[in-house]
Amino acid sequence: MSDFDYRQKAWSAGLIVLFFLAWELFCLMTGMSDLVLPRPSQVFVTLVEKFPILWPHILQTLATTMIGFVLGVGLGVVLGAIIGVSKTAYDTAYPLLVGFSSIPKVAVVPIFVLWFGSGTVPAVLTALSICFFPIVVNIATGLATTEPELEDVLKALGASKLDILWNVGLPRTMPFFFASLKVAVSYAFVGAVLSETVASNRGIGNVMMTASSNFNVPLVFAGLFVLAGLGVALYVIFSLIEGRVTGWATRKNDVITT
Amino acid sequence: MMRMQPHSEFAGAPVSAAAAPIAIELSEASVTFGRGARAVPALSTTTLRIADGEFVALVGPSGCGKSTILRLVSGLVQPSSGVVIVGGREVAARAMRVGMAFQNPTMLPWMSIERNIMLPLKIVEPFRSQFRKLRKTEFRDKANALLEQVGLKGFGNRYPWQLSGGMLQRANLCRALIHEPRMLLLDEPFGALDQFTREELWSILQDLWIAHKPTVLLVTHDLREAAFLGSRICVMSARPGRILDDSHVDFARPRTVAMTFEPDFVALNQKLRAFIVDARTAATRGAA
Repeated sequence: MSDFDYRQKAWSAGLIVLFFLAWELFCLMTGMSDLVLPRPSQVFVTLVEKFPILWPHILQTLATTMIGFVLGVGLGVVLGAIIGVSKTAYDTAYPLLVGFSSIPKVAVVPIFVLWFGSGTVPAVLTALSICFFPIVVNIATGLATTEPELEDVLKALGASKLDILWNVGLPRTMPFFFASLKVAVSYAFVGAVLSETVASNRGIGNVMMTASSNFNVPLVFAGLFVLAGLGVALYVIFSLIEGRVTGWATRKNDVITT
Repeated sequence: MMRMQPHSEFAGAPVSAAAAPIAIELSEASVTFGRGARAVPALSTTTLRIADGEFVALVGPSGCGKSTILRLVSGLVQPSSGVVIVGGREVAARAMRVGMAFQNPTMLPWMSIERNIMLPLKIVEPFRSQFRKLRKTEFRDKANALLEQVGLKGFGNRYPWQLSGGMLQRANLCRALIHEPRMLLLDEPFGALDQFTREELWSILQDLWIAHKPTVLLVTHDLREAAFLGSRICVMSARPGRILDDSHVDFARPRTVAMTFEPDFVALNQKLRAFIVDARTAATRGAA
């Protein structure tokens, strides 16, 4: 199994290197101006040079993302649990939720700014509002798919709804929950950066905005690289936690290969 | 109407069926699902008395309301009319704490087998309040003692995905029995197993019944299974079900698989089969 794992990782790394090489070659061969598309090597140089300036903005974006994410997860779990336990709540609330989630969040940012001024608060709120939906859906689905037979067995024992939720429903949703966390954390990033781009004087989104109005295209791309790096890092962290907590859901593969 | 003291102990129940108190009583009970024009009758007026410690097998064509009787007794379904009395009390919504097992063993994949089996102890009093204290000692021993009885000694630490279907079904029986229920309700527990595993589990279930003497209500499609396990067999008609025949099975215990090929046993099987074939043809004629 591990042999296969390493080979898979090598292929992934190879693909990334190949992507940057192709990009670099493309720019060199076409003589592309760095005002349009800078070469990755230029971007890396800029990234290293400007890192001291970028660092506080990275922290800012990371902070707003994580606050928005944590609040969004809290809200998502509560809403998802309510909706998942009760069929009536599910049917009643779903249209409203779908309505909310289909509003483009970029359209909401000006409203948040109107209410709370520009800066950190709208970024946090945008992150929250964009990331809670996948969590609601996944928790609700996980709860709604509990085997009816098992529920009958427990009800016949006199188990309350809370007993069933606690012993069966919530543990069962964990794989769904962690899968949704990985998605939600990327969404939260998008939300935070979006809001920073529109209305903030701090954060990576703002740096990119300023850089592009100064035609400092390599810095814009450096910002993109930072965002991509942070996104991957958060994704990896949540994947690792997921593997620890919900290993039982994926363990079947071990049986087949060993 | 007879009112009995609910029994809380396994041991000490009288063995003779005639003298035993009534454990389950359905009086003129019927069940209809839905209302108005959409109403589906699931069980027509049924009266059935089951003595304490009896092993009753319910057979009949599919969809005839066998499972509905189980759900009535367990309190999962309320009768649309009539009365259901279990253990001397009217079934007031799932107060009975019966042990149940279905065809799907539904072991929780994130728990070891012994923790799966201990799940009812987390829910039913008096075990519930002691669960934290005793789960690593007394309760675990209890789970493993049951596992040993069904031939799964040493499998307590395994996870459900490491066990075969037959093994999971044995664990399922253990989970249904761990809280020492007076009543065991089985809904086609062996339906998904191959013939040999199934016969093996018949003997295991028979041994469990002889050891613990709970009242058992077994719903099955398999006539040999009904005749092998049941001390009494009720044959039901097609939907909406009612009881067509109710007879005692007097083969000596413990019964063996070899006995199922003896003439008496085969004759009983043929009798049961005839009832169900008639019920099915009656149903198709009614539908046409």
